[in-house]
Amino acid sequence: MSLPLIVFLFFALLAVAGAVMVILAREPIHSALALVLVMVALAVLYLLLGAEFIAAVQIIVYAGAIMVLFVFVIMLLNMGLEERTNFSKFAYVGLVAAFALLLEAAHWMFHSSVGAGVANGSQPVTAFSTVELSKLLFRSYLLPFEATSILILIAILGALVLARKEE
Amino acid sequence: MTVPISYYLLLSAVLFGLGVVAFVFKRNVITVFMSVELMLNAVNLAFVAFARAYNKFDGLVDVFFVIVVAAAEAAVGLAIVIMLRRNRESLNVERVDLLKF
Repeated sequence: MSLPLIVFLFFALLAVAGAVMVILAREPIHSALALVLVMVALAVLYLLLGAEFIAAVQIIVYAGAIMVLFVFVIMLLNMGLEERTNFSKFAYVGLVAAFALLLEAAHWMFHSSVGAGVANGSQPVTAFSTVELSKLLFRSYLLPFEATSILILIAILGALVLARKEE
Repeated sequence: MTVPISYYLLLSAVLFGLGVVAFVFKRNVITVFMSVELMLNAVNLAFVAFARAYNKFDGLVDVFFVIVVAAAEAAVGLAIVIMLRRNRESLNVERVDLLKF
């Protein structure tokens, strides 16, 4: 086993364990901390794929800003343990169907000629350069980029209007 | 030498599936929100893996936009959760049934 494969397997298992913890934890704050674990593990995998800028953004924006917002609201609302209620029995049917779909996708990826051709093709070892990424972002994708700034502005206004106390 | 891209895609599928399971099974509004974030993260991993497979930057730009939209969604969503708490006293999704027929 090569070193990248060991690093991949370790952090992949960490991410899956964190995702399972999100489901099993009964305190919302434990779910939030498990989700932070998933995000940090994914940031390491982005580094392994050579996407340095995305790894940094993942840590700063996702694990830093978004999850802090979640933890802040959980603390603010002081909610207790999650109630367990009955859910539809059809959920189990869906679970079986989802598992079958996952097996099918895995089979496609590892065994079909088309899937394996894309997935196992040789990859260059150089990292994605942030300079090239920013050129693409500020030239070809300039209009969507500006549209997201409007979106953020609207989101800020919407959050303010929604959370404001009625006088 | 390097890790095959298919491993990343499989991890992405597993994480997305766990996100869907959390979305369906969790009963707290905030944890339902967190499972949406989990699914977005899984899709981001697939985007970066395909960007690496084809050696193109466009996938990375898509990840950037997904993160921006996730931030906006979290801000508005959590404001709605605060409103919900103020008006309904409970954050159980089963109790929020004003629009249910």
